[in-house]
Amino acid sequence: MSTQGFNVLKAKDFASDQDIRWCPGCGDYSILAQTKKILPELGLPVEKFVFVSGIGCSSRFPYYLNTYGVHSIHGRAPAIATGVKVGNPDLSVWVVTGDGDGLSIGGNHLIHAIRRNLDINILLFNNRIYGLTKGQYSPTSELGKRTKSSPFGSVDNPIHPISIAIGAEATFVARTMDVNVKHLGETLRRAAAHQGTAFVEIYQNCNVFNDGAFEYASDKEVKAENTLYLEHGKPLIFGKDREKGIRLHGMNPEIVKLGGDIKEDDLLFHDEKAPEPSLAYLLSRMRHPEFPEPMGVYRCVDAPRFDTEMLNQIQAARAKGPGRLEDLLNEGDTWVVD
Amino acid sequence: MKANTKEPSVAKPVQSIEQAAVRFAGDSGDGMQLCGTQLTTSSAIFGNDISTFPDFPAEIRAPAGSLAGVSGFQINFSSHEIHTPGDRVSALIALNPAALRTNVEDVFDGGIIIVNEDSFDKGRLKQAGYDSNPLEDESLSKYKVYKVPISKLTRAALKDSPLRAKQVDRCKNFFALGLVYWLYGRSMDSTLQWISSKFAKNVDVVDANTKALKAGYFFGETCEFFTHQFKVPKATLPPGKYRKIGGNEALAIGLVAAAELSGKTLFYGSYPITPASDILHALSRRKNFGVKTFQAEDEIAAMSSIIGAAFAGNLGVTGTSGPGLALKAEAIGLGVMTELPLVIVNVQRGGPSTGLPTKTEQSDLLQALYGRNGECQVCIIAPASPSDCFDIAIEACRIAMKFMTPVIILSDGYIANGEEPWLIPEIESLPKIEVKHPEGGNGQDFMPYERNADLARPWALPGTPGLQHRIGGLEKEDLTGNVCYDPENHERMIRLRAKKIATIALDIPELTVLGPEQGDLLVLGWGGTSGAIRSAVERVQSSGHSVAAAHLRYLNPFPANLEAVLRRYKKVLIPELNTGQLRRVIRGELMMDTIGFNKIKGKPFLISEIEGRIMEVLSEGSGQ
Repeated sequence: MSTQGFNVLKAKDFASDQDIRWCPGCGDYSILAQTKKILPELGLPVEKFVFVSGIGCSSRFPYYLNTYGVHSIHGRAPAIATGVKVGNPDLSVWVVTGDGDGLSIGGNHLIHAIRRNLDINILLFNNRIYGLTKGQYSPTSELGKRTKSSPFGSVDNPIHPISIAIGAEATFVARTMDVNVKHLGETLRRAAAHQGTAFVEIYQNCNVFNDGAFEYASDKEVKAENTLYLEHGKPLIFGKDREKGIRLHGMNPEIVKLGGDIKEDDLLFHDEKAPEPSLAYLLSRMRHPEFPEPMGVYRCVDAPRFDTEMLNQIQAARAKGPGRLEDLLNEGDTWVVD
Repeated sequence: MKANTKEPSVAKPVQSIEQAAVRFAGDSGDGMQLCGTQLTTSSAIFGNDISTFPDFPAEIRAPAGSLAGVSGFQINFSSHEIHTPGDRVSALIALNPAALRTNVEDVFDGGIIIVNEDSFDKGRLKQAGYDSNPLEDESLSKYKVYKVPISKLTRAALKDSPLRAKQVDRCKNFFALGLVYWLYGRSMDSTLQWISSKFAKNVDVVDANTKALKAGYFFGETCEFFTHQFKVPKATLPPGKYRKIGGNEALAIGLVAAAELSGKTLFYGSYPITPASDILHALSRRKNFGVKTFQAEDEIAAMSSIIGAAFAGNLGVTGTSGPGLALKAEAIGLGVMTELPLVIVNVQRGGPSTGLPTKTEQSDLLQALYGRNGECQVCIIAPASPSDCFDIAIEACRIAMKFMTPVIILSDGYIANGEEPWLIPEIESLPKIEVKHPEGGNGQDFMPYERNADLARPWALPGTPGLQHRIGGLEKEDLTGNVCYDPENHERMIRLRAKKIATIALDIPELTVLGPEQGDLLVLGWGGTSGAIRSAVERVQSSGHSVAAAHLRYLNPFPANLEAVLRRYKKVLIPELNTGQLRRVIRGELMMDTIGFNKIKGKPFLISEIEGRIMEVLSEGSGQ
């Protein structure tokens, strides 16, 4: 089949006719724009895409794309997406979820979708707040956060999406950010290219209920000190003048200043292909303000996929002789009454 | 050697009887279910009508010898048509005192009790709550009690076996089975074949079980205290090819058949739960039919997965029991809103909460009807017997795909685990299921919520060019399917969805009655009580009473003529294994008072119970 025709698709071919109802200034706009930008590059026609979401601000996403879509119920998008992908493996299936949808009410489905390693892409918009219900703390809200439902400060220890994904042995794990559009687009491309479950945490600003939650990672003055952009095979270096790095001290990372005795070769080198997820997990534990937060691809490895493994079993069974209804009905001991 | 026992031995006199109900009872690890299914198979192959009732505890291995750990299997085999496993048993095989104590009351006066004498020691008698040994006092005098040292005889028969003592003792169920085979002149062939194939990897086990079975058989033949054999002649069933089948098995086969008949791929997403798990087991073996089984992380995911699979174009089916149906409720609502073809099998068990997982009940009718938020109707149908599960599965899939709606099948533990002979249908006789998917469009004017004459919306599949659309749980605008908060639209859509379900009534058979078209009493039932109701009604009919029976396969919508039928009788009696759920619905829908007969013991109705209640109701009427 020729794919030539697909190349002419533009971002606007993926736009639906629905009015977008996110608050002005919401980080979701940027994610939608970058998604529409990369989808035409994937070599698939519009009708091959299915976007599945749960409930929450982020979960309105499917309405704004001219693909097939399911805006489902709270937390269940990964389970529905599993059905879609297994139902028709030819489709490119995307889950759009948020920190409440994906990690609170739907936490169970998220980890099980990840460990099965179906070929789907999961975009988790993390704004560290419940937006659609107007401002309660979320499972990723920091300790002590004062919100409508935590007037004295949250005493819920937060959950960390990347750590959860790596704990479930995700084969592709990445973090990016709404305002860093170039990195966002590139990360989405990498996720789409991955064969298996691709989990992407997207830092997303809720300018109404949690404005500035990720300023430390986006503000021009401080972002270089507070973030570290991962590159496969390269040492972990960050800082305004790329003067600092991460070195392993026993089992723990430590920040060191380059120069003097400390060379680049002394630093921790990033290996996204490492079969063991331990170092990726270690990176996921590097959190603001103690550490710069790693952005980019933490892990990208190949592993057997649920969808293809199931199809293989079916093909193997059918190769031995496809089922015949006649045989099925007449199976086992039978007898004839005259 | 008389190894081949195709014909019953004629060494002792043979007494011909019409039917026999036999119950095996022992510890839950004693292999009683195995004995029961083996006798079922050999009786079915012989040509009897059969009906079975396995009754086992929720614990896999309760403490040995305890009352709670008793597992039983009852089989009724007959020379005429039967519809239940029998109210009481003509023979009880009790492998220990606890099994005797918990089952003895169900034996007919004068019935046979075979006990494993070796297990009636002080400790186990005490464990079963016996102060004295019932084998040595007068308490069993109204029965024919055979004290057989089953353990000792099994050990003796296997004295040359290389198996360890413990393994040898585990063969005693085959000894007991062999003895029962002799007693009823049954052929051992099917069981001998089963043993050879089941334990093919272990010659010693094949050898031991074979020897134990034959030892039991020959013990009956030679031991003096069995004076005669019984013979239950073949039943006169409609001609054709038969096999025996259980409810869950029939349901699984029916789902595969529905997929074949409609040309759809079956996607079965389920989470293990008693007593529905066997459907998942059965379907997971059917990969040669392209069946996709998905063991989900929980009930919610199972339901959600089939919504996704149905959206992608598969025949989406899930199976569960009561607590699981509760968990699926929200996602079923999404199925109603998105109007996708979905089948939800609920094998009911005793509730509420975890309730009685291995016992039967019909207490989820109201949950199936009303257990969701909002105005949220689905189609509900229920099988009448194990073999009817095959037809009901096909019917559920047909309705789901024709009307684009979730359909709930209300099976129950009694039907699911019970077995009966099944007249294997001709493929040509099965209903055709026609499925149409719209083929492509221009991406502009596709209306995902436009309806056909049946009020069904189009099933447009992802991957089809130009039909891209979004579905979801938010209220849909009529025709376009866009999100819509308009008050008029909301009311219109609520009524449209309900009307679509009501329209199904035009597509299903009318309610028929067994017996007089009008009269003093109609006994109305649904689900697994069908056999007991029918048998009870036939009995009172034969004594000249004006009583008819009717069975409701369709619980939502009701058959169009339901009210007209009910009003032709002076009284309507509704036996149910709940506190009166159908009665309540009929009262609400038809403003009609009916009489309830309700049992909530985790057990099916006995024919005699229903018969007794019918006679009560009839006599109450005569006084007015």
